Amino acid sequence: MSDTTNQLLVNLNALVTGLFLLTGFGIVAMRQARGCLNLFIVQSLLLAASAVFLGLRYTSDHLYGVALVNIISKPIIVPWLLRKTSPSEIYTRREVDQGLNIPTALLIALALAILAYFLAQPLLNSVAPEFRGPNVPIGIAGLLLGAFTLTVRREAVPLLIGLLAMENGAFLCGIAIARNLPLLVELAIATDGLIIVFIMGVLTRAVQKQIGTTAVGELASLKEATVEPAEKEGTE
Amino acid sequence: MSVLIVLLLPLIATALVCLPFKKPWAAGVTVVSSLATLILAARVAWLASNGNSVTVDLSLGWLKWVAVDGLSALILVLIAFVATTAAIFSAGYMAHGNLKPGKLRLYYINYNLFVFSMLAIPVLAEPTLVWIVVELTTLCSALLVSFENTREALEAAWKYVVLSLMGAGMALFGFLVLFAAMQASGSNDAYTWNNLITAAPTMPPVLLQTAFLLILIGLGTKVGFVPMHTWLPDAHSQAPSPICALLSGIETTSILYVILRLFPVMQAAPNSHAETWALVLGLISVGTAAFLLLQVKDYKRMFAFSTVEHMGIILTAVGLGISVAGYGAMQQIVSHCVTKSFCFFATGTVLLAVETRQIASIRGLIRQSPIAGAALVFGGLAIAGAPPMAVFLSEFTILKAGLTQKHYVATGLLAIFIVIAFFGIMLHVNRMVFGARENESGAESPNNHSEPGNKLHLPFSCRLALVLAAVPVLVLGFYIPQSLHDLLTQATAALTK
Repeated sequence: MSDTTNQLLVNLNALVTGLFLLTGFGIVAMRQARGCLNLFIVQSLLLAASAVFLGLRYTSDHLYGVALVNIISKPIIVPWLLRKTSPSEIYTRREVDQGLNIPTALLIALALAILAYFLAQPLLNSVAPEFRGPNVPIGIAGLLLGAFTLTVRREAVPLLIGLLAMENGAFLCGIAIARNLPLLVELAIATDGLIIVFIMGVLTRAVQKQIGTTAVGELASLKEATVEPAEKEGTE
Repeated sequence: MSVLIVLLLPLIATALVCLPFKKPWAAGVTVVSSLATLILAARVAWLASNGNSVTVDLSLGWLKWVAVDGLSALILVLIAFVATTAAIFSAGYMAHGNLKPGKLRLYYINYNLFVFSMLAIPVLAEPTLVWIVVELTTLCSALLVSFENTREALEAAWKYVVLSLMGAGMALFGFLVLFAAMQASGSNDAYTWNNLITAAPTMPPVLLQTAFLLILIGLGTKVGFVPMHTWLPDAHSQAPSPICALLSGIETTSILYVILRLFPVMQAAPNSHAETWALVLGLISVGTAAFLLLQVKDYKRMFAFSTVEHMGIILTAVGLGISVAGYGAMQQIVSHCVTKSFCFFATGTVLLAVETRQIASIRGLIRQSPIAGAALVFGGLAIAGAPPMAVFLSEFTILKAGLTQKHYVATGLLAIFIVIAFFGIMLHVNRMVFGARENESGAESPNNHSEPGNKLHLPFSCRLALVLAAVPVLVLGFYIPQSLHDLLTQATAALTK
């Protein structure tokens, strides 16, 4: 392939990974559960796009497989599974009461993204030049932002999306630095993601049936100090 | 071949359990299949104890990812043992609650899938595949933790799933970095535990260190090392007792096994500080758990904290120097598995007898239900490490190894924490079993069963499981059979390669 095409592919990859980072921020801040899910779908498509660009650049068929697995499992099967397993109420929920307000959350998210660049530097210095690129720092940022989402959100669906976003972040790194991982492993990891959605969907339904809300972050009766968990419910 | 059958059996049992026969069917199938698994696993372990590495080498390429050495065989046989006793205990325990047949079937489906996912951990040799089955253990057991469907059980299941999967996300990144490190070392071999060790000396140290820390923290969340342990007492106390035995007795250990697999890799690399990390994280876990044990209010949480303590002891032992304390660590793994599963069977019996989990509302248990009381005292003594039980012997081996290594401060701290934990556990157990009731009014409602004449009728299978689980706890305290000794030596050798 000519140099200009290669340069173009590298630039396109930089563009999609940049957008990937933006969706990560969006997931931290978006209040509507539905919006969160949509952002996650966009993020997975961007991950697939990055895999295709890198696959073209380094002529690795294996990365096309990764892209295909991502396109099929995340934008199509994940929403379908969620609709099957959990109550439809989760889509219309708006999170009024987040752990942190949105501007603060975004500022911390920004700090995490900058931290990710610093964390990625020593890793990038010790791999061959062809493995370097924006994927590693942005992947780490995606991982951290996903973990951060888990700590600030209270609703079931955004929590689930946070988990899956962490995995997306790890994968974005993976397609750059662990390009030759067997496809069977990728397939298994994708299947695993689907089981996560299924189990958490079922749990969400059970929580909603039992407690009447999907704000699972409100569940906090199990502590060392409480002698009688039943009493605590009354005082809350 | 028998390795593959070991993996297939729980899956076959899952399929059979789905058939809509009468209630005893599901329990019977599970008991038979786990017994068969135990026998086959014991055979694999016997082969491995003679120094044979069991590799399944069929023509299919991916089956090279199945390999069993001494360490794997040890974990495999322990999983099979706890799965068998827990299946026997389940048969009586789950029949007690008058569950609907559908719900009971769901229990056994999840049970067998959970056992399958655990058995796959030591058998697989490809780290990313191991990561996948580690995730599967979380997912298959999530619905078992929430099985009782109370507010607390659901909360515990949520915490368990979210925190474990969050750790797993970090660990996945760690495994990918490890793969990158192997590629960067110029090795073109398959990504397996053994090839990692051969590639380790030429790996870029930054990548290897990063991968190790990510995996230690990520999977350490699921083992329950201290800053990340918060979900563990919840999940391990809310699940039905046989499941607690599986979760606490063997699941934590099998995840710890994955972390242990990294130590030979780190040792093969120049100046890694893996043992220092293990020592620090281990001591923090033991210390925190020891003090938390003093102030628990719920006896199932008490045993859950004792799991945190034991995981810390094993990690500390590894940190004291694998070449010296490795044997003790392996011994501690064995004694923890057999003793902790017994303890949770005992709590299940107590729960059947008094129907409360609060330590404060149980007094004079020995008069109320002699079996439950005796089981609780035996379990408490055994897990706290009183002689002549298995835990005492293994803790003694570890402390002795620590002293010969001249790690006086660390060994001293470890000994102090173990003693504190001992008093914590025995204080509560003693009050529950022999204590006189102080104020009758405070603990009235849960004690309806305490009327004389209303004796607990413990199902036969529960008694059988208690006896079966108690045998190794007692025997391993003063006698280690030659074959087990060989297996432990082989397992230690796999760690020091």
